[in-house]
Amino acid sequence: MLNRLSTFLYRRPRLVLGLLLLPPMVWFVVVYLGSLSTMLLNSFFYLDGFTGQVVHQFTLQTYLKLLDPTNLQIFSRTTLMAALVTIACILIAFPVSYYAARFASKGMKTFLYLAVTLPLWSSYVVRVYSWKLILAQEGIISWFAGITHLDGLLNWYLNLPVVGGTSLSVSSTGIFLVFVYIWLPYMILPIQTALERVPKSLVEASSDLGANSSQTFLNVILPLAFPGVVAGSIFTFSLTLGDFIVPSLFGNSSFFIGKAVLTYMGTSGNIPLAAAFTMGPIVIMIIYLLIARRLGAFDAL
Amino acid sequence: MRSRKNIPTSSEPASWGLKLGTLAALLFLHIPVWLIFIYSFTTETSAYTFPPPSLTLKWIPQAIANPDMQSSLVLTIRVATLATFTALILGTLAAAAVFRYNFFGKEAISFVLILPLALPGIVTGIAMRSAISLLQIPFSFWTIVIGHATFCVVTVYNNVLARFRRTSGSMVEASMDLGANSFQTFWHIVLPNIGTALLAGSILAFSLSFDEVIVTTFTAGQQQTLPIWIFSQILKPRNRPITNVTAMLVVLITALPIILAQRLTAQTTDTEGDKS
Repeated sequence: MLNRLSTFLYRRPRLVLGLLLLPPMVWFVVVYLGSLSTMLLNSFFYLDGFTGQVVHQFTLQTYLKLLDPTNLQIFSRTTLMAALVTIACILIAFPVSYYAARFASKGMKTFLYLAVTLPLWSSYVVRVYSWKLILAQEGIISWFAGITHLDGLLNWYLNLPVVGGTSLSVSSTGIFLVFVYIWLPYMILPIQTALERVPKSLVEASSDLGANSSQTFLNVILPLAFPGVVAGSIFTFSLTLGDFIVPSLFGNSSFFIGKAVLTYMGTSGNIPLAAAFTMGPIVIMIIYLLIARRLGAFDAL
Repeated sequence: MRSRKNIPTSSEPASWGLKLGTLAALLFLHIPVWLIFIYSFTTETSAYTFPPPSLTLKWIPQAIANPDMQSSLVLTIRVATLATFTALILGTLAAAAVFRYNFFGKEAISFVLILPLALPGIVTGIAMRSAISLLQIPFSFWTIVIGHATFCVVTVYNNVLARFRRTSGSMVEASMDLGANSFQTFWHIVLPNIGTALLAGSILAFSLSFDEVIVTTFTAGQQQTLPIWIFSQILKPRNRPITNVTAMLVVLITALPIILAQRLTAQTTDTEGDKS
């Protein structure tokens, strides 16, 4: 019986393909793409201010609300934060990736890989929480500043406009530090992959032709690592754009995209505005991905 | 691979600056989590004072006995188990289809599967919430599971597809030539071969689901999974010692399986090296 079924299926590869593909495709088309289209649909509805009900009628007024100065400011603030976090991640990640890809022995490489991926997979909320402990007014940074007599410097920094605050925990510097910490592994891994693909022969050829090691680094290795940097930046940029946990726990009351979406959704039940707002990061990411593709980032993923 | 000597990839040794930079970045990645361990034993209950005034073990039994923590832990495990199971089936089917067959739109499959993970989490969250609201689906255990399964599929898919590409097709052909039917070949040849990849994929899917907050915020309604419970505790601290201990336990519970998953995938690359 099974033999006959097996032969029957063996002769019909298209049928087997259909049977294999059907469940995952139905799931993704119905659940995921279906949800995304209801989001698009919702963004063209509006919330009736008097009844508090969502009115299922086509309108562009929800999108027009995005052009309010406060909302535009939220978009630019979040994009700026994402850009700064990305740059900081590149600067911190590059030495690690470079060391792991070019100098580490095999055992060291395994250790580094584990050291980078373990934080990546371990609990996100808990890792965010650890910074609550570090940045608190009575926390380890203030203690460290106290014993090294740098508290004057810390207070001077906290008194600065924009980056300062009553404590690091409620300053925009706090948000920035936590974001860099949380997304750093996403930057290390693609840069390392890109660096490992640099053929050894190219580096040798460069030094044979008389380049010193810094010239080789600037003219051979760095350009070839660039797609990896762009690939990593896709993650750090996109993840910062959509996060609401970090801005809810750190920083002052100024809104970021994720926090704004959560507030519209949660307190006022304004799903149309939340949906329209979410189109913001999607559009920013699509533009970003198009640029990244031109820079060759997808070969390094 | 194992038989070869450890040949560094570069002839020159790394400069001290580079080594220091690497060390600093690794400490930056790891020290914060160690601090949670210290804070789990502090006697200070209302502030994050460092160094802790003195240490105590009394919070650990209290945290484990906390009913809110227990119920959210149970919910989280149930959700993660079911989401992993769903992802296991969907991911393996998709990987098999992509590996064995050529068809129109094959390249798009990987792209669509990774979308829920690559787009900001809030996009998946709001999208699901929009569907829930538009179709007037009541929030339940199942709405959380459906959300989680969607972004877990890709971890299983990637692991299984990578393993398929590494296993030689000749074994499957030999099995068929020796008279086994497709089901016997699947059971005796394919399944043992992809077994550890399935395990690694499901461990990663499980830990992904176990930790998820952003999508869950929009699909859970009033129910609290463990990460949501911790998030609410950080937002409005009610019982800091218990939060600290729970955070420590979560780190411990998730670290072991992740190390195991790394081992399982590392073995694959080792055997691959032996073959070549």
